[in-house]
Amino acid sequence: MTSLATTEAEAPARAEPRRSGRLLMASAVAVLVAWVLVPIYLLVVNAFGSVAAVSAWPKSLVPEFDLSSLAFFANYAGVPRALLNSFLVAGLTMVMSIGLGAPAGYALARFRFPGANLFRLAVLMTRAFPLPLLALPLTVLFIRVGLDDTIIGLALVHTTLAMPFAVLIMASLFLSIPEELEEAAWTLGCSRLSAFRKVVLPLALPGIAAAGIFAFVISWNEVFAAAVLTIENKTLTAFLLQSLDVSPLPLKFAGGAVLIVPALLFLFAVRKYLFSLWGIANR
Amino acid sequence: MADIDIRQVAKRFGNHQALHAVNLTVADGEFVVLLGASGSGKTTLLRIVAGLEKASHGTVIIGGRRVDDLPPRRRGIAMVFQNYAVFPHMTVFDNIGFGLAMQKVPAAEIERRVRRVAELLHIEELLKRYSGQLSGGQRQRVAVARALAVEPAVLLMDEPLSNLDALLRLEMRAELKGVLQESRTTTIYVTHDQVEAMSLADRIAVMHEGRIVQAAPATEVYHHPATRFVGGFIGNPPMNFLPAEREGEGARVAGHLFRDAPAADAALLFGIRPEDLVPAGKGLAGRVRVVEPLGPHQLVTMDLAGHLFRVVLDNDLAVRPGETLTLAPRPGRVRWFDADSGVSLTQTTQPEPATGA
Ligand SMILES: Nc1ncnc2c1ncn2[C@@H]1O[C@H](COP(=O)(O)OP(=O)(O)O)[C@@H](O)[C@H]1O
Ligand SMILES: [Mg+2]
Repeated sequence: MTSLATTEAEAPARAEPRRSGRLLMASAVAVLVAWVLVPIYLLVVNAFGSVAAVSAWPKSLVPEFDLSSLAFFANYAGVPRALLNSFLVAGLTMVMSIGLGAPAGYALARFRFPGANLFRLAVLMTRAFPLPLLALPLTVLFIRVGLDDTIIGLALVHTTLAMPFAVLIMASLFLSIPEELEEAAWTLGCSRLSAFRKVVLPLALPGIAAAGIFAFVISWNEVFAAAVLTIENKTLTAFLLQSLDVSPLPLKFAGGAVLIVPALLFLFAVRKYLFSLWGIANR
Repeated sequence: MADIDIRQVAKRFGNHQALHAVNLTVADGEFVVLLGASGSGKTTLLRIVAGLEKASHGTVIIGGRRVDDLPPRRRGIAMVFQNYAVFPHMTVFDNIGFGLAMQKVPAAEIERRVRRVAELLHIEELLKRYSGQLSGGQRQRVAVARALAVEPAVLLMDEPLSNLDALLRLEMRAELKGVLQESRTTTIYVTHDQVEAMSLADRIAVMHEGRIVQAAPATEVYHHPATRFVGGFIGNPPMNFLPAEREGEGARVAGHLFRDAPAADAALLFGIRPEDLVPAGKGLAGRVRVVEPLGPHQLVTMDLAGHLFRVVLDNDLAVRPGETLTLAPRPGRVRWFDADSGVSLTQTTQPEPATGA
């Protein structure tokens, strides 16, 4: 605000449009921030509120800190199991996305091979198929090969969903590491593999971790495939969806909070790489 | 220590012929500079020797061994890249010791050799730093140290000084020359800077459009350019060229008769270096256009029978724009070329005293 005042004093003629532009920008930002933060606020307030306070309105401005809702949630039948399943599926998705996405990204970044652009396009096109369309054939196929209602089966589907992002993030990551560094390593005694291990990998590691965490969040939040493909081994999202209309209100809020917390933490941790993925310099 | 033999090496990139059947030998311990304009194929040739690029045709022999199918790490080479390629996630010490660590040299020996080359390049105080904490000149020293530390049979350098500012480049050039002279490593050094080439090279290989047009010691390349291109490319200002008419045994150039033109069927082209002319009673006469004082000398640009002609004269001579100047070549300094092919027709074997070029 002080800087605004000084610029006004220095350039009164230009201050007016600049000021209104800033006002517009500020209100747009405020609306967007509120759009995201208000639901999160309500969710957290209710999750940490006592069971009785959940349905109270208006909310007291100072949120209470009461773990009874969360305790209730944690003890609700099926929740711990679903939470564990979510972790397992998301963890597996992360590992497979890195394991498959890193070599694919490296190939896209370093080798000129026929069909490279087609491959790039195909990677993106997998996102163009609506999952509901694939769900039925997938379910049939999974039942046939015995992957239905398994952690690994669901993780495979989630890996498919996460893969385009994983591949493209890692391709741009490897592209940003100068080829000369690798070549220097080759001339100094490295094979392709050891140069990758000693030079490329250490430099790419933070970005690879970001891509992996991104895959984790995609899996953690995914509900459709999880609901369709699992019955006994439901993840938390599928479990909450299933019990939405039969479960008490505190359970919904506590579940919602538990669902978004890892996603928020992870996205916060990797925001730098998401920016760079979208071509926004952040240095 | 090893010699290098490049035989008939050609390289195509798609439709583009980057190298045409290049031949070059580098003796054990020799320092050869590849000199040429940007895009002439210098980097491509160096990368083929390093094994970073595969030749479309031809053979490279290092130390008597065919290396065409060997990866870079099995060729006994070390390379200094144009952008230094210092590993950003390692300290200077680990960078310099990287090649030795890959060879499983014991830690104490690595320590000793890293300190020795660091001392040689005056970077002992930087050993604990990371690349991000170094200036361009320091990074360049680290890159050279890293290459020297493995004591390679062959050292390859691709424009190692071109990213430094002018003053630093001059300083590093002299220092590099000292360091490399001491190590006596067989070296191929790529540059587009002719002064750098002259100052460093035992032998200069001039590249033009994917060919080596001349490979000879600096003074010979300067005084006996093998083609018109070399004469025009090397020297600042470059060699002057004038069309010549055959007349009996000799040839007439801009109205003046030279009696000793070479006896060849070809149409002739007359060539002379700007500093190889002196004012005379008769000879090549032209109108002075511009006079530029250059400290000890003056650069005079003249119009000679409709051609641009440059002369470097002593400063004590009074020359004014507009007046007519008559010049005669110093003895033995006229060069004749085939006007069509551009190939030199003057003997290149005669010994030539080095002048202060
Ligand atoms: N990887 C490549 N793909 C296609 N063309 C290339 C490649 N590398 C070099 N060239 C071409 O080959 C020619 C020689 O390049 P280069 O060896 O880099 O020249 P210099 O180092 O002398 O500037 C240039 O015309 C360049 O465009
Ligand atoms: Mg080059």
